[in-house]
Amino acid sequence: MSATGIGAAVRRKEDFRFITGRGQYTDDIRRPGQAHIHFIRSPHAHARIRAIDGAAAARMPGVVAIFTGADFAEARLGNLICGWTVLSKDGSPMKMAPHPAIAVGKANHVGDAVAVVIADTPAQAKDAAERVQIDYEVLPAVIDPAKAAAKGTPQIHEAAPGNTIYNWHLGDAEATAAALKAAKHVTKLEFVNNRLVPNAMEPRAAIAEYDAGSESFTLWYASQNPHVARLVISAFIGLAPEHKLRVIAPDVGGGFGSKIFIYPEEVVCLWASKKVGRPVKWTAERTESFMSDAHGRDHVTQAEMAFDADGKITGLKVHTIANLGAYMSTFSSAVPTFLYATLLSGQYEIPHIYCEVDAVYTNTVPVDAYRGAGRPEATYVVERLVEVGARELGMDPAELRKKNFVRSFPYQTSVASLYDAGDYHASLHKALQIHDYKGFGRRKRESERNGRLRGIGFATYIEACGVAPSALVGQLGAGVGLWESAEVRVNPTGSVELLTGCHQHGQGHETTFAQVVAERLGIPIEQVSVVHGDTDKVQFGMGTYGSRSGAVGISAIVKALDKVEAKAKKVAAHLLEAAEGDIVFKDGKFTVAGTDKSAAWGEVTLQAYVAHKFPTSEIEPGLKEGAFYDPTNFTFPAGCHICEVEIDPDTGDTQIVAWTAVDDFGTVINPMIVEGQVHGGVAQGVGQALLEHTVYDSSGQLVTGSYMDYAMPRADNLPSLKVDMTVTKCPSNPLGIKGCGEAGAIAAPAAVMNAITNAISSEDIDMPATPQSVWAALQKVSKSRAAA
Amino acid sequence: MYAFTYHRASGLRQATNMLNKLEDAKLLAGGQTLLPTMKQRLAAPKNLIDLSRIDGLSGVELRGRSLVIGALTSHHDVATSPVVQQNLPALAQLASMIGDPAVRYVGTIGGSVANNDPNADYPAAVLGLGATVITTARRIAADDFFKSLFETALEADEIITKISFPIPKKAAYVKFRNQASRYALVGVFVAKRPSEIRVAVTGAGASGVFRVPSFEEALKKRFSPKSLEGLTVSADGLASDIHGSAEYRAHLIGVMARRAVAQAG
Repeated sequence: MSATGIGAAVRRKEDFRFITGRGQYTDDIRRPGQAHIHFIRSPHAHARIRAIDGAAAARMPGVVAIFTGADFAEARLGNLICGWTVLSKDGSPMKMAPHPAIAVGKANHVGDAVAVVIADTPAQAKDAAERVQIDYEVLPAVIDPAKAAAKGTPQIHEAAPGNTIYNWHLGDAEATAAALKAAKHVTKLEFVNNRLVPNAMEPRAAIAEYDAGSESFTLWYASQNPHVARLVISAFIGLAPEHKLRVIAPDVGGGFGSKIFIYPEEVVCLWASKKVGRPVKWTAERTESFMSDAHGRDHVTQAEMAFDADGKITGLKVHTIANLGAYMSTFSSAVPTFLYATLLSGQYEIPHIYCEVDAVYTNTVPVDAYRGAGRPEATYVVERLVEVGARELGMDPAELRKKNFVRSFPYQTSVASLYDAGDYHASLHKALQIHDYKGFGRRKRESERNGRLRGIGFATYIEACGVAPSALVGQLGAGVGLWESAEVRVNPTGSVELLTGCHQHGQGHETTFAQVVAERLGIPIEQVSVVHGDTDKVQFGMGTYGSRSGAVGISAIVKALDKVEAKAKKVAAHLLEAAEGDIVFKDGKFTVAGTDKSAAWGEVTLQAYVAHKFPTSEIEPGLKEGAFYDPTNFTFPAGCHICEVEIDPDTGDTQIVAWTAVDDFGTVINPMIVEGQVHGGVAQGVGQALLEHTVYDSSGQLVTGSYMDYAMPRADNLPSLKVDMTVTKCPSNPLGIKGCGEAGAIAAPAAVMNAITNAISSEDIDMPATPQSVWAALQKVSKSRAAA
Repeated sequence: MYAFTYHRASGLRQATNMLNKLEDAKLLAGGQTLLPTMKQRLAAPKNLIDLSRIDGLSGVELRGRSLVIGALTSHHDVATSPVVQQNLPALAQLASMIGDPAVRYVGTIGGSVANNDPNADYPAAVLGLGATVITTARRIAADDFFKSLFETALEADEIITKISFPIPKKAAYVKFRNQASRYALVGVFVAKRPSEIRVAVTGAGASGVFRVPSFEEALKKRFSPKSLEGLTVSADGLASDIHGSAEYRAHLIGVMARRAVAQAG
């Protein structure tokens, strides 16, 4: 291992510009003559728009234009779409209702854009927006997903009777029912997987500019996948042909999924920029983010797990209602189906699984992928059931897991996933050692002496990353393939520009991708720059989400490097006057096998460009290679997280006092960055379990619409984490990478809730386990004990 | 934020005149509540009168058995003042727990007390210690000062200049934070004075800070957490929201009061 190659904990190259304020985010970009757009958002969850009067507003200082949904509709552009078709049990396609970029006739959630004001300054746009008179007829709202499909509930969209988008299922219903019937013991749980607001540090932002001379648009915006955005805006919205639309995602300050999607705001900015003949800029205020960024999770689930007399799991039945909000966001349909039910086997051999998912519309902010996307929800179902099952059977939760772990690979689950490699015993064993599991009883007694309740909880999770084999996702209804591209441009002096279709918004690709190139070519990472996020520079790419950049993006880089090395060897062979087959390339040096003849990397790259020493009829000058890599399977990172909590029974306050994470991410490029990803993921998962609570009142107002009421995790909510790893390489990609970006957020909620329920001796609590709800659960326990 | 006119007062008389003359004027005494509220367009004063440049409004002084703190003294200065730390450590500790460092450097005691946010910390100390609020016009006893949510006894043109805290024999402040805002969900200040026991509660009251006479009576007999065991506060009249029902808050008042008494020693 070199000092900066694969496996080295290299400091992040990009951090200098971020921590010295030299980053270039969308809001930092100022275009000559730019105007500012303000979105007028519905204050009602469900309301008919009777009339919009912008006359007084139009006379306000600095106002350039006021547009309504009717104006936008006149342009006859396409609606926003969900690009993944899911079929119901009966084979009928999902009921996708129209999603216009500006609401026409009816607003469907608080925050739904109903008109826009464009002015010289943001303050002028906002001032004028207050003068726009909108006459609403307030309609009854549908808020509770569990009741959305019930008879008598108001209809949100004509296209979706009963507010139902699909009734989907996976697995064998009959065999599962039989397994439950024959079971020695069945553990039943009902729970809500709480809705989360993503809260990226940088709010969403966009600037759109139309150049009348070339009839082309440029869009700078905070996106995780600029090429997909260009494709959708071009092919489905129809704003401009693909070659006349350049999308640039500059520095992006966090996404967690929320910046994957194509939202109304960027579409309206583009359309309006041509309409008013000026660049149009928008940066969300935090309050807008709360009511317009796609939210995450929001499941209502009933689940049953069957066990035999030995504690072997014999079946699992799950019914989930998934709340997709007021409109179907870009990938919303896939999250509670293919990214959820396919992971319900967890790390276990479960012979029969059946899962039904009913997706519903409600008058709430749309819901889509958020860090983990479906897999935290699946892990929560499986890991809560296993833990509670162990308690009910009087078995040690670690022992029950061991009894059921998948042992031999490949393993075909009963919910379509084909696990390729793993060692679940190894990660559990290591975690038990590091955590001092044996000492828990002693620690619990110590806590008791101090008047505290102590609990311990496990999550032995699995996730499917490296999305995804294109043909497979095509069969499942995806509108795109999920390969990745890379281009290695070697300069005459030997330095490298690496172009990738992935996008970094916190992951550290500028460092890790450079490490892969540095290791392969034997050059310092300073000589590698990573180029991404601009459709004019990178030809195409699928962006970054689903922990795919390592497993898919780096695999494309490796493929391109293979081609670069092959070509460079040809040039070296001529330079060294040897046969191509005798050239060995190692540590940045080409040598002729069995001789002392050699040429340095820089000599060969220069020769490739000056082309003095080889026949250009046989070898083209230059050294630049591209590759597209399509994965052959998902990757399956897995691991064991152990959470230990201490609860103050007088207040219900929960403190996490110890955390052990042992993850198997396959090959690790930069252990420091991977550890950071685990830390961030765990913090987010702890946020879901303890703090983050998205509350709508019955009229559809978002009660938790600011940080005064929506609690984000802070440093003092977490202990110092013990993070370690085990490694089984992924067999399906060249470096054996599995992915690490979401693991923490997937494992943490179940681990925390297993620990809390262990401490309070009650399963009767949902996330987030706030002090109030823990205290209330404890009150119930003591009341039922008193009654008994 | 809407447009407004900024005025910098050089003296208290000028500030008072401005308050009388300027339309819809507000005092700026740190602005840690006012400015975010204005940014969100929830408050829209036409005129802001900045008190920060008026001489003599900040600082801590020991006068006999009282600690006199200037209205424009920042939370940071109260928290770190050796005079406060030695004579009224409970108050220094309370100030150290307000907001975050940025808020503590700019926010002031006078601003906080005049604002009377039902979840703020200082009102609990002022009421719990039986302090006196000194204004440009008069001296107001703590028991007469806090009226209701964001309402005080201050007249429209009256400005707090100092707050005088009698030094107690024992005192402590314990709060349980709202997890999102980190304001007090329930904060209890207890003080043992030569003449009386005071227990003041912030965060929980539907109409702001209040005293708990039953706790005070019990502690008068014996100043010990044990004296409060079995005593409860009625949930009637307490605030109730997603972070804490009235019942939960009522329960926490008891818990925090016992802990405060224990901490006071």
